[in-house]
Amino acid sequence: MTELDEGAGTVSAPSRVPGALTRREEWLRRRRRRSTTVALVSTVLTFGVLFVVVTNSSGWPKVKEIFFNAERFKEDFPELLGYLWVDVKLFLQCAPLIVVWGMVIALCRNTRNPVLFPLRVFAAVYTDFFRGVPVILTIYLVGFGIPKLGLLEGEFHFLWFGGSWTSPYLWGPIALVLAYSAYVAEVFRAGIESVHESQRAGARSLGLSQRQTLRHVVLPQAVRRVIPPLMNDFLSLQKDVALLSILGIIEVFRRASSIKDLTGNFTPIVAAAVIFLALTIPETRLVDWYTARQRKRTGGSVIA
Amino acid sequence: MTTKLSIRDVQKSFGRKHERKVVLDHVSLDVGEHQVVCLIGASGSGKSTLLRCINLLEPIDDGEILLDGVDISEPGLDADPIRRRIGMVFQSYNLFPHMSVLHNITLGPTKVLRRNRAEAEAAAMELLGRFSLADKAAAFPDQLSGGQQQRVAIVRALAMKPELMLLDEVTAALDPVLVGEVLNVIRDMRTEGMTMVLATHEMGFAREISDLVCFLKDGVILESAPPEQLFTAPQRPETREFLERVIASGRL
Repeated sequence: MTELDEGAGTVSAPSRVPGALTRREEWLRRRRRRSTTVALVSTVLTFGVLFVVVTNSSGWPKVKEIFFNAERFKEDFPELLGYLWVDVKLFLQCAPLIVVWGMVIALCRNTRNPVLFPLRVFAAVYTDFFRGVPVILTIYLVGFGIPKLGLLEGEFHFLWFGGSWTSPYLWGPIALVLAYSAYVAEVFRAGIESVHESQRAGARSLGLSQRQTLRHVVLPQAVRRVIPPLMNDFLSLQKDVALLSILGIIEVFRRASSIKDLTGNFTPIVAAAVIFLALTIPETRLVDWYTARQRKRTGGSVIA
Repeated sequence: MTTKLSIRDVQKSFGRKHERKVVLDHVSLDVGEHQVVCLIGASGSGKSTLLRCINLLEPIDDGEILLDGVDISEPGLDADPIRRRIGMVFQSYNLFPHMSVLHNITLGPTKVLRRNRAEAEAAAMELLGRFSLADKAAAFPDQLSGGQQQRVAIVRALAMKPELMLLDEVTAALDPVLVGEVLNVIRDMRTEGMTMVLATHEMGFAREISDLVCFLKDGVILESAPPEQLFTAPQRPETREFLERVIASGRL
């Protein structure tokens, strides 16, 4: 309070040292520093107290033993890390196919040509079905069901992929592509519909055909607009790759749960959670970075 | 003088049977080559709809729209080659925000007229230079002022070398300081002999630039006359009333 009292009496002289702060700026700076200190102290205190209370509670040793066992973590974490590539690879195989197939479905739903009306119906039924059915059910149906048909024998070779026609590494990703492209198609469709009619009018008035308008004017804007929500879907895809473990694919979660079954300790599951977080948190930051860059590039300040 | 555009008995209404709203009611109008025609009237009088119908962005219910004596409103006709010959500029610019100014202008020439990129860019730069926008070629629309955006939109339409320009209240979204620069561009186009149909609220400008002024009310052209006659001795009481209201609001 003494600082304020000092300032209140004196009317500041107009003569200012260049670079010096005005009375108001100084006050603002003081206040900003004070709130930073308060926030810091309050945060340290809160979490400190929480830590002390939790670690001193009667149940803590048991919790620590089952979930946060340091020795188990040290042993299991590197091993699980070795399976991380399996999850990443499955994700990387699915993601591009989902984008392409999702876009195809979205475009089917947007066709206005009467000949293509069946395509519209197909796209609507497709999205309704795969969005309405639990992903795990789709994985079960496709992953176990289709190989059971026994229609395809032997091996398949496609680019650098290959393996048995009944492999879960084939049908698992296909199931994920089927399920996720339904979500992605809806996101694309929302993006296409969000582009204002005046943009179409602008393009058509130049003589661009409907197809050219879609290709050069509508889609580029739609895709840019839906990248953040799309990244959200891909974040859950990265996590849902773990669902493929029900087909017998050995990846991080599957391996963690077998270690848990052997030892009766949940620390490897926690370690698996840490691994998934290490994957997904940077992905969210990537979305933020992209959105910020996009805003900077097309809006606001003038480039000379 | 040869007739460039001829609108004959055009009718247009929106909505379904029960709440049908007639927006153009037996509209007829002839625009000669190199002529400038201004459409004036209150909002909702049908000016914009008429322009959108000429550019085939809206189908008409009945009547004919002739360009060089050929009916372009014939149902089933491919609209794209016709739109190529007609430039249109909108009130809200309708520039493509994801493309640079240069790309906005070259999109039509490269994709529709199939000109090669270098050639189209050179032509675009020349047009931009003429409208003192050359330094904005690399900028994106959102980085420009409203007046600059509208001038870019005009350049984009001109890059297609249209035979007829339709300008739909192109200064309505601009603040008074920026209106001038856009009007100058339109004056330049007139000097070069462009045939134009404008919907406008700028009465002073309409009076200065047009060969013919049409006053629309409720989808009907109530009066059309050369500007000196329409603005000084309007025949219809509705025209008089409209002009009095405009004068009262200080816009003439």
